[in-house]
Amino acid sequence: MNNIHDFYNKMEEGNIMLSFKGEVTSDLLTSILQIMESKMETLDEPPKIKKKVYNILVECLQNLYHHIDEDDKQTKSNENSALFMIRKVDGEYSIMTGNYMAEGNVELMRGRLDRINAMDRDELKLYYKEVLNNGEMSAKGGGGLGMIDIARKSGKKLEYNFEPIQDGFSFFSLNVKVAQ
Amino acid sequence: MEELKIEGSPKTPTIEFNPSTGYLLVKGRSIPENSIEFYRSLIEILEAYNQNSQANTKVDIQLEYFNTSSSKCILDVFKKLEAINSGNSEVTINWYYEEDDEDMLEAGEDYQAIINVPFKMIEVEEE
Repeated sequence: MNNIHDFYNKMEEGNIMLSFKGEVTSDLLTSILQIMESKMETLDEPPKIKKKVYNILVECLQNLYHHIDEDDKQTKSNENSALFMIRKVDGEYSIMTGNYMAEGNVELMRGRLDRINAMDRDELKLYYKEVLNNGEMSAKGGGGLGMIDIARKSGKKLEYNFEPIQDGFSFFSLNVKVAQ
Repeated sequence: MEELKIEGSPKTPTIEFNPSTGYLLVKGRSIPENSIEFYRSLIEILEAYNQNSQANTKVDIQLEYFNTSSSKCILDVFKKLEAINSGNSEVTINWYYEEDDEDMLEAGEDYQAIINVPFKMIEVEEE
């Protein structure tokens, strides 16, 4: 039973406001957004921060919802779930996601993130408009706009990591901080 | 032509379009997982309206949040309005944003830069 106390302490020390591990469904998404909205209301966050955090939450959660595709699910444990956490440390929000990714998708994602991280505010704005206007709309929606939007709203570089797990799979971690 | 009325939900905006007055309102949150499906009826009615439009078409966009999947659909709506504007109707788009919401103002400016229809940026007080 000590395990539960350990979990509690780890979440307490890590300033975790909310964490979820499991399958990301449409209903779950609605619930998490409602919970976070009322938490930020209670904390009396400035409207500007509230809106940025909310927008980034929506994009991160919908990334998990849409982009865990069939390839990414076929791990040994048949893992089709994701990890999602929100922390607030010294007034700064972090939105963290983790999910398995098929090796074949890793380089594309890494390239996209590196390209975005190399851009300043104005370059991101131009890039967003270019993709918005010329990019193909995928059946899933945004067609590559999500990460650009997350970076614009965050105002910080996107922190990420790919950890090779087993044959053909990596664990993709993303940490999005919201600039004050 | 029938009026289009879609009631808002936690993830989708209120949409009202009256072809006999040429007034379109989009208000609320637009964060559905499947935006293409949601915006289809509006795109279709605007296409039909272009065949028989009013002298003036007024558009109020009062969005609190929208996701990137909606942003493409909103662009498609604006492209229909652009076509209507180059047809027989004079279109004006009012883009509302709450004071201090620079992201929403910038989003409006992004569309303004792409779409060839007069945009008016209107600041409103926070609710």
